[in-house]
Amino acid sequence: MKENKKYFTRMGDGTGVYMTADEIRSDMEAGMKDAAARGKIPELTEEDQKYLFEIITMEGNVVGVKRGMEVVSTSDSGCFKLSYQANIPMDRTTSVLVNERVLGLDSVDIGNIDYSYKTVKPILHDEAKIMEIAQAQAVIPVLYGGMPDLGRYTKPDGPVDNWSELLPLGKIQEALAAQEEAVEHAVKDLVYIADGMADAGADGMNFDTCGASGDADFLAALKAVERIKKKHPDLGIELGMAGEFVMGMHGKLYYDDTRLAGLYPHKQVKLAEKAGANIFGPVVNTNSNQSFPWNIARAVTFIKACSEASNIPVHVNVGMGVGGTPMAYVPPTDVVSKAAKAMVEIAKIDGL
Amino acid sequence: MGGIRSAGDLVLRMQLAKSMRLKEAKKHVAEILGVNTDDLADCSVMREIRETLDIGYPMPSDGAAKGIEAKFRISEVLGIKINSVERFKQKAGIK
Repeated sequence: MKENKKYFTRMGDGTGVYMTADEIRSDMEAGMKDAAARGKIPELTEEDQKYLFEIITMEGNVVGVKRGMEVVSTSDSGCFKLSYQANIPMDRTTSVLVNERVLGLDSVDIGNIDYSYKTVKPILHDEAKIMEIAQAQAVIPVLYGGMPDLGRYTKPDGPVDNWSELLPLGKIQEALAAQEEAVEHAVKDLVYIADGMADAGADGMNFDTCGASGDADFLAALKAVERIKKKHPDLGIELGMAGEFVMGMHGKLYYDDTRLAGLYPHKQVKLAEKAGANIFGPVVNTNSNQSFPWNIARAVTFIKACSEASNIPVHVNVGMGVGGTPMAYVPPTDVVSKAAKAMVEIAKIDGL
Repeated sequence: MGGIRSAGDLVLRMQLAKSMRLKEAKKHVAEILGVNTDDLADCSVMREIRETLDIGYPMPSDGAAKGIEAKFRISEVLGIKINSVERFKQKAGIK
């Protein structure tokens, strides 16, 4: 009778589903083994697996970490989640204060609605003024955020040929050269904007969704971090990823003798460290066709290895479609809070 | 951790400024404030400390330090440079 008990949990798209203990354990094992095999990393210990099962089946619509295990948070596009995304008519500097004084966030980032550094370049002077006002009013750290977004440097919007068009045509050398050229354009822009934000009093820069256009995109972020740290050693930098795996759109790009294509979080973090980032934001993608037990076991396995390898704070992305949470516009709080608890108590992260 | 409701902003500042892992950052801030690390996220404990140090807190009393005023104090309490504070000093001609 007891064995037939079914627990409420969710699928990777947020849909509710009832599963037996055996079904949950089976999915957990499959998710964990998938991560271990892909990343060539250790599986979770027996103790970790038992505790993860306990978290997944825990009663309550919201669960929390044990007292003393609370972690801090950083954000991506933090300020315009209230204004542009929640569609509340509110200036971004007011949003900073709502995040600070009402929502109790530990930090927040300001970004342009497009959230791409290339777009910010021509309007840096105006973005800097927003940062200046925010810094005068806020107590919490306020970062400036955006994406390296290497694809934006391709024609017709940018200066270089589009490698995604060149590759299917068999123009391999041209596609590689275009990516290499785009890296230099992006690095220049990222450093230029960091200079402006440092002058405006920003507490740091958030390079978000790094690697979205593949290994060249990740390389641009690493090179930019390195150059910014030389110019502004006291400016904090968070480097967050686009996905769990660096796509080899180029395939032959290296940073500090490490080939970028194919790196998983536990190796990505070592390069972020070498470049000089202060905080690393790993990502593990959610498979919406799999269950929450499958996704969270897989995500925790990847992130535990990343956290163990790291010497800098790890702020894992646990939001819509990443970090074990469902791919849904409004991710259900029950599994979001369980994902966060598992990340903190099993993967030993430093922040969210 | 709760930001200015607790000590979340202070712990995060140590991560951002010194790349401290969470445990180290919490220990550092707790030692400075004279509390144990479990109390750092406790808004009841931290409210009193933040009021005493005047380093910013929600629902502030009149006359409480806010924004850049509070950050001047945080910079001194934590012993770190805060970019906006340094900029303020420069622009105000006091540095």
